Amino acid sequence: MAGTTVAGVAGTAQQAAADPFVVDGVELGSRLIMGTGGAPSLDGLGAALIASGTELTTVAMRRYSPAETGSLFQLLVDRNIRVLPNTAGCFTAKDAVMTAELAREALETDWVKLEVIADEHTLLPDAVELVDATEQLVTRGFKVFAYTNDDPVLALRLENLGATAVMPLGSPIGTGLGILNPHNIELIVSRASVPVVLDAGIGTASDAALAMELGCDAVLLATAVTRAQNPALMGEAFKHAVIAGRLAKAAGRIPRREHALASSAMEGRAEFL
Amino acid sequence: MNIKLNGAVHAVSDGASVTTLVSQVTGRNLAPNGQTADGQKLGVAVARNSEVVPRSQWYVTALAEGDDVELVTAVQGG
Repeated sequence: MAGTTVAGVAGTAQQAAADPFVVDGVELGSRLIMGTGGAPSLDGLGAALIASGTELTTVAMRRYSPAETGSLFQLLVDRNIRVLPNTAGCFTAKDAVMTAELAREALETDWVKLEVIADEHTLLPDAVELVDATEQLVTRGFKVFAYTNDDPVLALRLENLGATAVMPLGSPIGTGLGILNPHNIELIVSRASVPVVLDAGIGTASDAALAMELGCDAVLLATAVTRAQNPALMGEAFKHAVIAGRLAKAAGRIPRREHALASSAMEGRAEFL
Repeated sequence: MNIKLNGAVHAVSDGASVTTLVSQVTGRNLAPNGQTADGQKLGVAVARNSEVVPRSQWYVTALAEGDDVELVTAVQGG
């Protein structure tokens, strides 16, 4: 990527366009999946979504309320952003399957972010219910994006059950603690043949860049943008972070060394008396 | 007659279909195939007594006294 800043930026954009995120045969121009949760206003959310460059965003399914409905769905339709309904709030496979069925009906997509949590305190995935729900949903024809623990064994299990993508957490939902076990994420990536999406725990842009450097195919986040002091600016920061991390991964980083290694030659130095 | 809609008692005319109910609550005109008359996406789904009612079946599904109906849509979520 030679040349001036301007050429560099253009090059980055071309690189992103030439390197789409492909999932279930669908090409997405951005490797950032943005959740819509936690935004205080729809206007602010719209601006953050645009700034982030995302082409896929998660939504939750809840009871229709005439007073406040229509607008989020309409916002996404208007901006041509694909929806990935989630099963947030489900504690059992039964509830998750029902929620996924309702989402498929309402939003006319067979994609689902499967989230089956163990309890409200940790919001960590319940592995047993998750496996059960994945199996049921795959049988019913869903494309399952499985939100999972950063457990390489479970991730592979979900893939073998037919998950379309596995989405290990970096750290618990909403904590902003970043990626607590990079080794496990690398291991999940190295053994997966479906896309790996780092989901949950992202706090700031460098966390997303790290996820991509570890080899993840995409990053999913919500709180890190929607609850940032300036959501639109943070959305833009993440747009660049995933591109930077992806490029760095492709570029091949230098090995870590114990001792310093000068990059300037020692030969030919001027001598001073 | 009374049904339960999203956990609250809701009055509908006797023998009303799911289409009638959805149309009444959302204020949108619906064709017999469950799509909106104006062609815009509706973005809602219906479960009746814990069973999803496909959009194509709304028109031919009559509600009965005491039915438990959930009407859901997309909201913000991560």
